[in-house]
Amino acid sequence: MRLAVVVLLIWIGAALCAPWLVEAPNRVELKTLLAGPMPGAPLGTDALGRPVHERLLIGARVSLLVGFGVVAFAAALGTLLGLAAGLLGGWVDRLVVRMIDLFLAFPGILLAIALAGLLGPGVDNLVIALGMVGWVGYARLARAQALTLAEREHVLAARALGCGTWRILWRHLLPLALAPLLVEATFGIAAAIVAEAGLSFLGLGIQPPDASWGSMLRDGVSYLLVAPHLVIAPGVALFAVTLAVNLLGDWLRDRLDVRARSQGVM
Amino acid sequence: MSAPLLEVEGLSTTIGAARVVDGVRLELARGETFALLGESGCGKSMTALSLMRLLPPAGRIEAGAVRLDGVDLLRLSEAEMRRVRGARLAMIFQEPQTSLNPVMRIGAQIAEAVRLHAGAAAAVDARVLELLRAVGIPDPERRAREYPHQLSGGMKQRVMIAMALAGDPELLIADEPTTALDVTIQAQVLGLLKTLQQQSGLAVLLITHDLGVVAETAERLAVMYAGEIVETATTAAFFAAPAHPYSRMLLESLPTADKRGARLAAIPGRVPPLDRAFTGCRFVERCPRALARCVEQLPPWHEAGAGHWVRCHLWDADLVDTATVAEPAVAEGEQVPVGEDAAPLLEVADLKVHFPIHRGVLRRVVGQVRAVDGVSLRLRPGRTLALVGESGCGKTTAGKALLQLIAPTAGSIRYQGHELAGLSHRRMRRFRKDLQIIFQDPHASMNPRMLVGDVIGEGLQALGLARTRPERLRRAAELLELVGMPGAAVERYPHEFSGGQRQRICIARALAVDPRVIVCDEPTSALDVSVQAQILNLLKDLQARLGLSYLFITHDLSVVAYLAHEVAVMYLGRVVEQGRVEEVLERPRHPYTRALLSAVPVADPRAERRTLRLEGDMPSPSAPPPGCHFHPRCPEARPECALAYPEGRAVSATHRVHCILVEAEG
Repeated sequence: MRLAVVVLLIWIGAALCAPWLVEAPNRVELKTLLAGPMPGAPLGTDALGRPVHERLLIGARVSLLVGFGVVAFAAALGTLLGLAAGLLGGWVDRLVVRMIDLFLAFPGILLAIALAGLLGPGVDNLVIALGMVGWVGYARLARAQALTLAEREHVLAARALGCGTWRILWRHLLPLALAPLLVEATFGIAAAIVAEAGLSFLGLGIQPPDASWGSMLRDGVSYLLVAPHLVIAPGVALFAVTLAVNLLGDWLRDRLDVRARSQGVM
Repeated sequence: MSAPLLEVEGLSTTIGAARVVDGVRLELARGETFALLGESGCGKSMTALSLMRLLPPAGRIEAGAVRLDGVDLLRLSEAEMRRVRGARLAMIFQEPQTSLNPVMRIGAQIAEAVRLHAGAAAAVDARVLELLRAVGIPDPERRAREYPHQLSGGMKQRVMIAMALAGDPELLIADEPTTALDVTIQAQVLGLLKTLQQQSGLAVLLITHDLGVVAETAERLAVMYAGEIVETATTAAFFAAPAHPYSRMLLESLPTADKRGARLAAIPGRVPPLDRAFTGCRFVERCPRALARCVEQLPPWHEAGAGHWVRCHLWDADLVDTATVAEPAVAEGEQVPVGEDAAPLLEVADLKVHFPIHRGVLRRVVGQVRAVDGVSLRLRPGRTLALVGESGCGKTTAGKALLQLIAPTAGSIRYQGHELAGLSHRRMRRFRKDLQIIFQDPHASMNPRMLVGDVIGEGLQALGLARTRPERLRRAAELLELVGMPGAAVERYPHEFSGGQRQRICIARALAVDPRVIVCDEPTSALDVSVQAQILNLLKDLQARLGLSYLFITHDLSVVAYLAHEVAVMYLGRVVEQGRVEEVLERPRHPYTRALLSAVPVADPRAERRTLRLEGDMPSPSAPPPGCHFHPRCPEARPECALAYPEGRAVSATHRVHCILVEAEG
């Protein structure tokens, strides 16, 4: 647990402080193409001789923004729509379900490409585009949760006591529906970072020569056999961050469960 | 008596640190029905699973011997044990719903059991049909090709019994076989077990919490408490004179008609945790007549009569007269003659709740489930109206529709002259203060993430009756005292309390807004008998103190007899008979009411009863039979019954029956 927090703090710290830590992540140095670790570039250099460690640091900014931005946007939108659909039923539910079906029937990445193309390149538009695709999963999960929870008698009891819809949504549905949504969200962060790479490849996300972990991975794949460090460095970074976020999600879920807490199960 | 079929000696089973079965000793003769009686958590199911060697992964049999015909089952290898299971020792479970494989045809599931034990492949199909016929399933050729979801609960339990019989066992262990079933279906299944037993000389180990079922089916019984057997006797001797204080209190806590003005004997406290070693009697903390030595010394077995053994110090020869001292007489609660003639507080007229059935892409309505189909009720101030019926009759839906928790399709609900039907959630809010509800399952009816104080204070907050949290918590603590719980409980979470305590919290929550009417939706059916008695006492006290009116929804006629003033019997969405409780229960006029009453097992083996057994199941409310809904099952049905639904006929000023066989008076 402590390790996960340390990894996340390093990641966030790197993302915030990157501009002061790096010298020239985009400077092309043709004398040291695909070089291994060496003084000045402890993680080696890429196909244009740029130092991998500096690009990794500056790329953390983008991955942080995209990872958290997309998940926050998608989870908030999806949870709200899903819970409301499950609780209210009727035409609200039918509308949301149709929208979910529509989004699911359409290949997600294609839709994101279309949206990003429409909105124009840039990290902010990328977040919006990926979020608009990502909410579906949360909405489906939240709706299923709301449907089972709304059957529970404590929701009926709250209704009988005169609680309004918002109050029921906020106090009786959301806290109980949160656990699976949190798990989904922790996976979502990693998926968003990778999806960003795909969109950046098409020129819709981060613009070259700027670095993101996704674009570094993608570029590195071409040189996998001659210079594996190009993939290993961002790959390990992505792996560590994803694992840390997942662990944090598990811990948070246990913390939120009052039953587990009082029994001292952590 | 010949050598016993099953002999259990010193059986001890642990699950983790808890010793759930401790030194159990029993004997079962061939062809005998032996009941293992106890409340939830007493270890009776674990005893059964230990006999089958089917314990959950954490369970371990620590000591003892289980001899079936002299062979110790605990010493067999797993392969040998597999040959015993099903062939000599079979088991059926409480929940037929989950005991059958939902994606396999009934016939195939039974054939699987037959093949395991018979071998000869050719005769399998014939044997399956024979078994289905033996358990009384009509049209077995067709049923064998059906899937479990096409069968009713009673039918599924019959299929389970057929599977258990496939290997021709000598002993059938039935773990609460009828608890999940309605009383009329329960009567069918118990009758079936009895017939099978007479035909094949099968011995039955019946595990149950229901004293009535024991009285009707078993020849001998053992009472379990906290993992050990505390009393064993013949059924007749036990019900004539239960020897252990626990057994006595259990019998006294049963609600019946003759306990009406009185309080029920409730057993205080709860079963002790089983993860510690006991130095004295396990019941001592809850026993009203505990002696000093009960705490220090394990009670030995004493003989209370021929074949009647009890584990209690009070039966020590030196002390025998104290043992026969009668229980302190229960205080007679004064009968408050309230509301007999008062204007009704709540008046329901022709209430209907239909659920549309949607089909296809366009979700067209192809039919209606008529859950409630024209119910009229009157609830007077300070009175209890019981709404009785079997599962699926629409009683719960009616209760929820009354509070507008489900929108009624038609009909009127007038509360003090105000029409409630069709009010939006917002406009209904001003009536929420007066109309409250208590649910069946005290686990599901509280938000597990909220403190007890916030649970109780929720209504105060939502209706703006107490704006600040300290104020709400203070009020919640007062309410907890009112329902017999410590006020300090406001700082704790619901899961820290037992079922009975949670139900008290739910009652406190309903009382918080100072209601006048409470809909009690099966508030005690998830609780043990002794805890049920506590809750019924509490409800009765509260009614006397606060002048509450209850709409008491239940399937349990003994609770009705004890608690209600008026009763309405529902069948398939309609009220078939209603009137004052003594009229309906003592002089029932509708054939369904009579059948329902006669199907309830009575905890008195001497009671001579003529059982009116109903055949078949309740039809689906989406396609009710034409005419009187009950006529396909009615033993007195006539051709004209199928023509039209009978009008209500007044038998007396307060007693109305919907049956053409009843002559109206006056």
